[in-house]
Amino acid sequence: MNILLSQIAHARSGDKGSNSNVGLMFYSNEVYHWAKIYITEKRIKEHFKGIVKGDVKRYELDNLQSLNFILGDSLGGGGSESILNDAQGKTHGQAILLMEVELPESLIDKVKS
Amino acid sequence: MKDVIRIGNGQGFWGDSIDAPVNLAKDGPLDYMTLDYLAEVTLSIMQRQKLNNSNAGYARDFINLIDRILPEIQKNKLKVITNAGGVNPQTCRKKLQELSENSGHKIKIGTIEGDDIYPELQSLRNRGVSFENMDTGESFDKIAKRVYSANVYINSFTITKALEKGAQIVLAGRVSDPGLALGPCAYEFGWENYQYDKIAAGTLAGHITECGAQCSGGNFTNWQDVPNMANLGYPIIEMSANGTFCITKHENTGGLVSRETVIEQVLYEMGDPKNYISPDVCVDFTSFNLKDIGNDRVEINNVKGSEPTDSYKVSISYFAGFKASGQLTISGPQAYEKAQLTADIIWKRLNRAGFKFDDTSTEYLGISSCHGNINPVPEQINEVVLRLSVKDQNKDKVNRFGMEIAPVITSGPPGITGFSGGRPKAQEIVAYWPTIIPKELITTTVDVL
Repeated sequence: MNILLSQIAHARSGDKGSNSNVGLMFYSNEVYHWAKIYITEKRIKEHFKGIVKGDVKRYELDNLQSLNFILGDSLGGGGSESILNDAQGKTHGQAILLMEVELPESLIDKVKS
Repeated sequence: MKDVIRIGNGQGFWGDSIDAPVNLAKDGPLDYMTLDYLAEVTLSIMQRQKLNNSNAGYARDFINLIDRILPEIQKNKLKVITNAGGVNPQTCRKKLQELSENSGHKIKIGTIEGDDIYPELQSLRNRGVSFENMDTGESFDKIAKRVYSANVYINSFTITKALEKGAQIVLAGRVSDPGLALGPCAYEFGWENYQYDKIAAGTLAGHITECGAQCSGGNFTNWQDVPNMANLGYPIIEMSANGTFCITKHENTGGLVSRETVIEQVLYEMGDPKNYISPDVCVDFTSFNLKDIGNDRVEINNVKGSEPTDSYKVSISYFAGFKASGQLTISGPQAYEKAQLTADIIWKRLNRAGFKFDDTSTEYLGISSCHGNINPVPEQINEVVLRLSVKDQNKDKVNRFGMEIAPVITSGPPGITGFSGGRPKAQEIVAYWPTIIPKELITTTVDVL
């Protein structure tokens, strides 16, 4: 079934130099373990292709059922050097939640309505 | 020794609510309050204020705050840990002492110095410090003539020392943001600098609360679940001697402390979670247990830390040119098409006048300006804000851009408004240069008067 990430996870973003970071936290541990396989750096790079000029790097936090993504060169320069409205990537967390994913049928009871 | 100490954070950044720390001090029991006044750019502003006036260079807002919470410090023994001293902690202390003496009850104030290496940059370079950019590897020569400020993120045991000497307010200089909370933990429980798990716990606790309300319901994905955000309670750490702690807030305040609100802040501005480097310790953010125990309380235990690196991080700010932005509101039928035409007109006029810029941007606020092509463009748009920006080394060119925004109201498509506040003016760009310095080259001093 196709769903939005906002139905299985919550998120927050901020700046790290000229990169932004997006924390993606899953409500269910089973969904998190599926996400570790499915939500790859490549898929995130594709989702953010209009924003991320560099590479995407992913880190796993099993203790918090969370993934941390570094979106390389995504701010139009670092912090005060950027002339973009969202120079600090404050909204990238909301953007990741708009990603559509294909969730296996076995996990559908974990989806937030 | 107390079993548990309560450390609240009343300010996440300079510009945060001026009433939040007052409410935090008065709305319930608290042993310590931390307040962060510094961002990378703030120190450059303070350094330049001090160049113009030797009595300036600290956060004057802080003096007004202490004036409002002086009774809590004098009678309730609340202690305040802050970096508000900026590049002039001595003058800041003098002002605070005048305040407390006028109230008839002098308080003891500690200053920590040694973080400001701006005056010694050249001599440190002569001693072999490269100051090359730790992210990009670029040579410091690129910015050497344009530096505004240089501050070392010093260790948090300087705060512990000031508290040992009886300070009721600690003007901490550029310690790490989480260090503001770690310092009092180490003081109260006698933690040594080699007890890495405990130091890591204090650092994690400070990391969670350092951005103020962002862990107690602010900026939370499920905002519909957060009650009474207008009276949002700022966060409090309840730390125990063994390093187990709770994140909570005062009773009868708005906001929400839950598993979700705290985890979002744990991951905020995070790099490699296994290796969070502070001046005091390396923290493993994948190590600990986090449990929502209800009633706005989240408990964290078993934080693991390891030996810190042998260098301190240095935050250098430098001049990097000029920028300006102008906005126009475009309304009515075909608003988006008219906004696109408006942008095209302005850029063509500047081009015809012979102006090219190092960088420009055209954004349509209201039509996915933040998220690009992640959202489809809606079919009906009845209003859009056009935001145009430029960046250049030449100030006159940037100011010339500012003159080209208003004319299009009478010489472009219809329905344009929202141009107020005069022509956009060139603003200096103060950029940030992260680097490192060997720890043995830095000497810190702590004195309490």
